Amino acid sequence: MIEVRDLHKSFGDLEVLKGITTSIARGEVVVLIGASGSGKSTFLRCLNLLEIPQRGEITIDGQVVTSRRVDINRIRQEVGMVFQQFNLFPHKKALDNITLALLKVKKIKAKEARETGLELLAKVGLSDKANAYPRHLSGGQQQRVAIARALAMRPKVMLFDEPTSALDPEMIKEVLNVMKQLAADGMTMVVVSHEMGFAREAADRVIFLDEGIIVEEGSPEEIYTNAKVQRTKDFLSQIL
Amino acid sequence: MNLPDYSVVFDNWAFLMLGMQETLRISAFAVVIGFMIGSAVGLLRLSRVRVLRMAAGAYVEFIRGTPLLVQLYILYFGLPSIGIDLTARAAAIIGLSINSGAYVAEIVRAGIQSIDKGQTEAARSLGMSGHLAMIFVILPQAFRRIIPPLVNEFIILIKDSSLLSLIAITELMRAGQHIRSRTYQDFEIFTAIAILYFIVTFTLSNILGVLERRLQVSD
Repeated sequence: MIEVRDLHKSFGDLEVLKGITTSIARGEVVVLIGASGSGKSTFLRCLNLLEIPQRGEITIDGQVVTSRRVDINRIRQEVGMVFQQFNLFPHKKALDNITLALLKVKKIKAKEARETGLELLAKVGLSDKANAYPRHLSGGQQQRVAIARALAMRPKVMLFDEPTSALDPEMIKEVLNVMKQLAADGMTMVVVSHEMGFAREAADRVIFLDEGIIVEEGSPEEIYTNAKVQRTKDFLSQIL
Repeated sequence: MNLPDYSVVFDNWAFLMLGMQETLRISAFAVVIGFMIGSAVGLLRLSRVRVLRMAAGAYVEFIRGTPLLVQLYILYFGLPSIGIDLTARAAAIIGLSINSGAYVAEIVRAGIQSIDKGQTEAARSLGMSGHLAMIFVILPQAFRRIIPPLVNEFIILIKDSSLLSLIAITELMRAGQHIRSRTYQDFEIFTAIAILYFIVTFTLSNILGVLERRLQVSD
């Protein structure tokens, strides 16, 4: 589904990604962990070209997305993204947040878009919030609307950039439950998160990144209980 | 000290109101045209094309860095001397619009830049083009934020229009000068004119204050 080969990304003199190579299968759920500055968010953002890598190649569903000839807007429709800060559109109601891109990008009819939007709101458990503006929603509700918004484009892959880091503890669960449901439905997911409970329950693979390279990867069990590399152990001892 | 006698104001009321009409008419044109120029230039200042960005920047810097009166003199006295005749009204509207446009451009640019980068990223990650994101996500939010500084700019424009008295436009200020040159009652005339300007600007700031609150309720 996703092939990444020798990915390099620098910001000025700072090399953040120093050659990442990995592949992610259809339906696989991969959790990325690593210290801040390890490159995990940058890697995720490269996957939908919010950051343009300097070197290396990314292939999604057979299409080389790092090629200069691709239509970047088309690729992004197929790769949903959920942000740490939700980034809902504050001037739009929850339902309109979800339907905006359907109407303007996919040019779907209003009635159809509305049906899709309501369906997705139901899926994330927010049917009663269709007409609420983001500022009237809790953080957990906002993040669930953001997930519904990304799903509206019917993406082949969903990326999550620390989706629960900005949430109060009591709201983390409701968001993780939606994500677990999504994983169970067979969505291909790449998640930057330190939520070990989620990783153990839903992830097929955990990747530990440090200083721009993949240090170790394996099943949640292998990484969290039997990490082989010292740097992985050191990192885990700090977050657990 | 003599007690002021405001009967001179009421005796010349009709003439003052003609001046007021001219002030309002020219200001209205200049506000609208200035807003259009400013919106376009503000967007150009954020353009990806370097030449456009630089041209817009040069316009803003030059207009802000030179006095409005000099700009008006160039249009009204300068251009005819090289064979381009503008009527006083045309020079007035063009001058005020170009001047206001530079300040509006800065307001628009700052308003757009004040919107969190995450908004653009969210829109783009849904597959929206840069233009779609600008039109449907960034501008509606920026517009709410720029209303207060815009109102401020409109008020400044109306006050600045008093300079048009120096290029043969009989607006409120010049109407006052005419009356004063006949009656020599400078105090009464100019305090009355100050109050008339204040009534216009205060009304404007209240109307737009209501608009601002309405927009905030719905976001």
